[in-house]
Amino acid sequence: MNTLNKEIAGWGRYPVQRCELVRPERHADLLSDAPSLLARGQGRSYGDAALNEGRRVVLTERVNRFLAFDCDQGIVRAEAGATLAELLTLTVPRGWFPLVTPGTKHVSLGGCVAADVHGKNHHHDGAFSRSVRELELITADGRRLCCSAQENGEAFRATVGGMGLTGIIGEVELQLQPIESVYIRARHQGAANLEQVFALLQDTDNDARYSVAWLDLMSRGAGLGRGVVMNGDHAARDELSGGRRLTPLRLAPAKVRNIPFDMPGWLLNSLSIRAFNAQYFRREGGRSGSFLVDYDSFFYPLDTLDNWNRLYGKRGFVQYQCVVPTATALEAMQQLLRRLADSGHPAFLGVLKRMGAAGEGYLSFPMEGYTLAMDLPMKGVATLALLDAFDAIVLQHGGRVYLAKDARLAMDSFRAMYPQLDAWRRVRRELDPQGVFGSSLSRRLGMEGEA
Amino acid sequence: MSGAVLILGATSAIARGTAAALAQRGHRLYLAGRDVESLRRDAADLAIRHGVQVNFGIFNAEVHDTHAAFLQRVGDEMGELEGVVLAFGYLGSQQKAAGDFDETLTIINRNFVDAVSILNLCADHLEQRGRGFIAGIASVAGDRGRQSNYTYGAAKGALALYLQGLRNRLFPAGVHVLTVKPGFVDTAMTWGMPGLFLVATPAYVGERIVAAIERGRDVIYVPWFWRYIMLIIRSIPERLFKRLKL
Repeated sequence: MNTLNKEIAGWGRYPVQRCELVRPERHADLLSDAPSLLARGQGRSYGDAALNEGRRVVLTERVNRFLAFDCDQGIVRAEAGATLAELLTLTVPRGWFPLVTPGTKHVSLGGCVAADVHGKNHHHDGAFSRSVRELELITADGRRLCCSAQENGEAFRATVGGMGLTGIIGEVELQLQPIESVYIRARHQGAANLEQVFALLQDTDNDARYSVAWLDLMSRGAGLGRGVVMNGDHAARDELSGGRRLTPLRLAPAKVRNIPFDMPGWLLNSLSIRAFNAQYFRREGGRSGSFLVDYDSFFYPLDTLDNWNRLYGKRGFVQYQCVVPTATALEAMQQLLRRLADSGHPAFLGVLKRMGAAGEGYLSFPMEGYTLAMDLPMKGVATLALLDAFDAIVLQHGGRVYLAKDARLAMDSFRAMYPQLDAWRRVRRELDPQGVFGSSLSRRLGMEGEA
Repeated sequence: MSGAVLILGATSAIARGTAAALAQRGHRLYLAGRDVESLRRDAADLAIRHGVQVNFGIFNAEVHDTHAAFLQRVGDEMGELEGVVLAFGYLGSQQKAAGDFDETLTIINRNFVDAVSILNLCADHLEQRGRGFIAGIASVAGDRGRQSNYTYGAAKGALALYLQGLRNRLFPAGVHVLTVKPGFVDTAMTWGMPGLFLVATPAYVGERIVAAIERGRDVIYVPWFWRYIMLIIRSIPERLFKRLKL
């Protein structure tokens, strides 16, 4: 198979590393003979989770065939390189929607499994792995293990959230949820500060299937952590009117614009972000009552802007996402926001959401509590030092950092954040005794442990 | 136009792109190739995404006396054929071919002789029906011999000439013959090659091929600008061309 030596990066475009790329066209060629291997789907993890510096990276984008779709039961099976976007095109017109979807549809199913991604409904429906009926794991010795919560359960629990380090995920079979329309009945509520945001997210009367809060990370003082809580539920057919009611499952493709090249690094600075946030807060927080939006606008607002990561310029950005248990979540988030404010570091796109109980994956990120994500333009040492300070706060409150977003966590912090690491290591060693599967992330965090 | 189409060499990336464009328009498909596991997966994918019937089976291009029975079987399963897409081929290695006549023979056979064997039969079938199409994938490499791939180029050039004759023969019968000359396409064959530019995706190429079938075009270059690149390359005087390292 031809190889291509190329510098690649994750979605945050930091770090950039040279890897040896192969791109199999067929499922049978996913596994190749190399001392170190890592599968990479759409490269939508932010840091170095899908990098394998100086070693082989297997691009799975061409191994994306749908193998079965039962439209009575809502069960779909596909090669793991297929994306959620492709899945939606297929299943939505037949009235089926993924049970769990992250904030972009341009992710591979294999990537969703490997990072055990979550969505706005985590507090009701759990993480992606909850919707996985079965997956095929191709191990280093070429075996094809059929894994589910019941069959090869240990391999399953090590693979969901296992960051691609147990083998190559060849196929994924998903349980979908029925929908009556492509629309979401959404509701926005402005909240003047973080306490109010928390109060709205906690309020069970106010709850919806999907809920998330956008935070204005540049707001200070009494308005610290102000934001807009966004709730939504799938709209039933009889909630629609006119043409929408006649073809409730049809959606015209969204217009996609492109950021054609790197924006200058100064574009997203404290001033421009503050101005944008103030306007966004007024507009979105001021919407009253409920309104209908299509699922693309509700779940994937950034997908209409191709290559939006170029907005951050050549140096890229880091996304910091942590979760903290409910008991002290508000306090922890306030400390994080205050620390951010004190640093004067610009930060764009803050997202806060409630999470339900942890799932089964040994290294899965979600746990009962609150998760905060923020995008920070990469400014070198200043950024890295700030994030180390964040880690200390998160650790102090018994929380953890999301590996799919990470580019810089320290080994010790990682170990303290993931208490099931030893169980994961034991299963991984059984599945891959030679340690063939590895990534820049796994080496940076010492995930394999001492052999 | 939504009859059954036979795709020979169906697991290649260009064939996959073409099959998707045909299925999108409602054509039933028969996928033929060597690798039955890949065929099964491709067939399932096309049937699920586009909601059309997709059958598949093994086709041994190099065993010519099986071709008639193969075509019979396809006819039994699919009924009369609307068209045939010939997409199998073999790039091989010019370097290896220089010292290894087996490699040379394989390149010539796979790209030309095997294709002629099955297309002769397909041509008879369609001629009797009095309509339909044949689309053959040749190559820009067949437009001028170059030291880096002249065996492949010669075989593809021969195929293009054969298709030209076939077009002439089948025209009165109302059967349309399309010659496709792809430039650089983003497939396993070109992946990682240094110095490639303006590479087209297989999906784009497939779409252009099917659009050309619908419009009754005779010869197309995909992407289109290769027509002009090849025009320039063909127009270089041989006295000069032979000195170039191409």
